[in-house]
Amino acid sequence: MTTLWLTILTVALANAAIKASGPVLVGGRELPPRANAVISLLAPALLAALVVTETFGEDGALVLDEKALGVGVAAVALLLRAPVLVAVFLAALTAALARAFS
Amino acid sequence: MSGERAAGRERYYAGARAALPFALVTGVVGVSFGVLAGSLGWGSLVAIASSVVICSASAQFAVAAVLGSGGGPFAAIVAAILLNARFGPMGLAVGPYLKGGPFRRALEGQTVLDTSWAMANRGGGRFDREFMIGATAPQVVAWIGGTVAGVLGGDFVGNPERFGLDAIFPAFFLVLLVSELRGGRSAVTVALIAAALALLLVPVAPPGVPVIAACAAALLGLRRTS
Repeated sequence: MTTLWLTILTVALANAAIKASGPVLVGGRELPPRANAVISLLAPALLAALVVTETFGEDGALVLDEKALGVGVAAVALLLRAPVLVAVFLAALTAALARAFS
Repeated sequence: MSGERAAGRERYYAGARAALPFALVTGVVGVSFGVLAGSLGWGSLVAIASSVVICSASAQFAVAAVLGSGGGPFAAIVAAILLNARFGPMGLAVGPYLKGGPFRRALEGQTVLDTSWAMANRGGGRFDREFMIGATAPQVVAWIGGTVAGVLGGDFVGNPERFGLDAIFPAFFLVLLVSELRGGRSAVTVALIAAALALLLVPVAPPGVPVIAACAAALLGLRRTS
């Protein structure tokens, strides 16, 4: 049990340190314009990476499953200018239905 | 001054309200974590404590998965760190909008969650600090509450995938990505490169690494001369 506690506490400390690092590094001072340009492009990079890894990544492999179908339906809904919550709801509904009938 | 403070408070509430649907999902995922931890023989106190002190679904599921499949504590810690390394670049992005000295910034940085961070993104690199902190609050409560329910109440939700809940987060990030891409052509180029890098790396790199490596796409910003 002690090993488990130590593992959890280590992960907790590491996680806190990771989350603290960014704000402490860049906070409260002027950065060169180029650094700001890179930082402002982190959002599209991270969001794009999160979308593809969470949609297609499964245990270290690329898969095309019911979840991907759901996200695809959400993408189409967005293209058709559906409201955000509708698009997200359709993703879950599609994935759930596809699983129920597969 | 008090008007300004009231407006700030309003943004905390707005963030909290906007996060309620995600808090619901987080709660359900928390239940399934509690059930998983219970099935691994973690004991109620350890499982609940892990949700309080780590407070991160990705890291906790990674630890449970590695230990549950017979891996050692070191492998579990490395897996969790790799998965959560994405909070490094996320913290860099939101950093300029947090307040106070290094200590307070470090504390405020703890409120970065994927969903809160993404929802507080106002495009063009700007972030709404109060909105992000507000959005994190209900999700933390739901995560810990869900874990407690899963540990003590047992498996009353079953597999969250049955409800398609796993499709919610990627779909939501897609929504925010689409609005971010309206920010200009360089954002689109960066997103395309990042997506390609991440896809290429998923089959060959440990979980978490593809997302951090994809951040390299943001270096395209160095090209800009503004």
